[in-house]
Amino acid sequence: MARTQSAVRARPPRSRRVVRKRVELIVLLVPPIVLFLGFVIVPMIFAVWYSLYNWSGFGPLNDFIGTANYTGVLTGPVFHQALLHNVIIAVLSLVIQLPISIGLALLLNRRMRGRTFLRLAVFAPFVLSEATAAVMWYELLQPGGPLDALLKAAGLGGLVHYWLASTSLVLYSVFVVATWKYIGFGIVLLLAGLQGIPPELREAAAIDGATPWQLTRAITLPLLAPTIRIWIFLSVIGSLQLFDLVWIMTLGGPANASNTMLTYQYTNGVQRTQFGYGATVSVVLFVISVVFALAYQRYALRRDTAGALTRAVM
Amino acid sequence: MTAASARLGRRAPRRDVIRERRTWLSLPASYLVILLVLAITIAPMLYMVVGGFSTTAQLNANPNALPHPWVWSNYAAIATSSLFWQAVANSVVIAVVATGLAVTLGSMAAFALSRYTFRGREGLYVLFVAGLLFPLNTAALPLFLLLQQIGLNDNLLGVALPEAAFALPVTIVILRPFMRAIPGELEDAAIVDGATRIRFFLRILLPLSRPALITVGILAFVTSWNAYLLPLVVFTSQDHYTLPLAVANFQSTYTQDTARVYAFTAVSMIPALAIFVFAQRRLVGGLVGAIRG
Repeated sequence: MARTQSAVRARPPRSRRVVRKRVELIVLLVPPIVLFLGFVIVPMIFAVWYSLYNWSGFGPLNDFIGTANYTGVLTGPVFHQALLHNVIIAVLSLVIQLPISIGLALLLNRRMRGRTFLRLAVFAPFVLSEATAAVMWYELLQPGGPLDALLKAAGLGGLVHYWLASTSLVLYSVFVVATWKYIGFGIVLLLAGLQGIPPELREAAAIDGATPWQLTRAITLPLLAPTIRIWIFLSVIGSLQLFDLVWIMTLGGPANASNTMLTYQYTNGVQRTQFGYGATVSVVLFVISVVFALAYQRYALRRDTAGALTRAVM
Repeated sequence: MTAASARLGRRAPRRDVIRERRTWLSLPASYLVILLVLAITIAPMLYMVVGGFSTTAQLNANPNALPHPWVWSNYAAIATSSLFWQAVANSVVIAVVATGLAVTLGSMAAFALSRYTFRGREGLYVLFVAGLLFPLNTAALPLFLLLQQIGLNDNLLGVALPEAAFALPVTIVILRPFMRAIPGELEDAAIVDGATRIRFFLRILLPLSRPALITVGILAFVTSWNAYLLPLVVFTSQDHYTLPLAVANFQSTYTQDTARVYAFTAVSMIPALAIFVFAQRRLVGGLVGAIRG
């Protein structure tokens, strides 16, 4: 709890102490720094370097083309479409997933039987891999498959659609599956936020005659705002790098109707072995993520006592 | 305060009256909503498990009928297939190496960053934390380019090492404050008794940090276990496929054999769900803790 760095300490002579401390720091810090630089920072530098070349993955890097890859990515209509899909998923998450998550978190915060089990069950899809979830929903959404049969059996045959094969519907199907996969995480996060709100506040307002709705709107939601802001941040970053679900369920299709920046990269960079071009997509995606993160940190998170993700907890 | 007054029992009735009044959805309605949510969450997974006991012919005839008769052959075929066990083994090796490295190196860094003072400490910490903004998926292709240069393509280490590196930020973010909160007197006492700081770290600090170490370990393990894009880019030979790759690959191979795909999918859920049930409190607590920063 208290950060007592006691001033009283048994000390060997100063020079030896300094040398020893330096050696200890080197032993402790060099391995993690090497791993981190080697596999997090260096690849990004690589990406910037390769993005300036036309390179098919084999042979020397000698076809320098300057910013042509960037022009190709940034002016390509298919990339615009992909980016738009990422943005649509992010916006839908905000408009649909967030309110549902808040509502369910409020519900699950009440004292009711089986609450612990319910929380567990809602969280379970989050621990499955996206790949497993994608294969599962791919099967469930097949034409004439389980979902269609269920709708027909319920007399809702008119609702049957080509969930993954209709260009106008596929992105929303993907969004619903993503919601299924990730909503539990939001609920658990918000529940933790709710538990941090002192019950006395609501009780005091209730004694003063506030209605349940007023209590929620004027007390609970404002106090939940920091948690909500963090949820939004994570949700947007997640939406920007959506890949596994989409790739397995639709390969970004039909006719690019569900492509995202990363499926675009996979199709145009990896499958066509245009690695210079693919690296360019990485750099663009990285810049978009960082710009969003910094802007969000600056304008939304600064109101919280400390910027999320920069101060640690527990 | 709350607990005390409840125990006294005097003010408790009053509290209950208020609690009843301040909800805006009646209890039966709440249960109804919850049951619906539960059905939507659980039913798809259950459907895979049960469907795996059907034959494909049965599923084609009526996708929503219970298996009749229940057949074990789909599950038996998976339990005896080297494809499945190879994928599980690959996933285990990669996840264990990634987790071991992330926890070992992460705790070393967290120790240095929490209990030493040196120039550039906060800068280094911010550098590690910045890694949180940068998910592994974004870096998959650049990593592939790097791995090709250092000859680690199509190699289990080529996936494990980057996963360890990308797990470092969250590991350090959770461990540093935990280690910081352990009283300095303990360290002083150990040093008075003649221990070096490294010895203090190994013998006292690490054992005391066990709960946090378990949390970060589980986070790293689950993240590695579920990764898809990096192994997809890095592995060319199917012998190296991890479980997520194997599931997706199995589905595209056996498109027509629905029941087998169901069974394979159902079985592939077991490890993740088992880890979850075994470690749910730490996993949930750790995720929430790491994120609420």
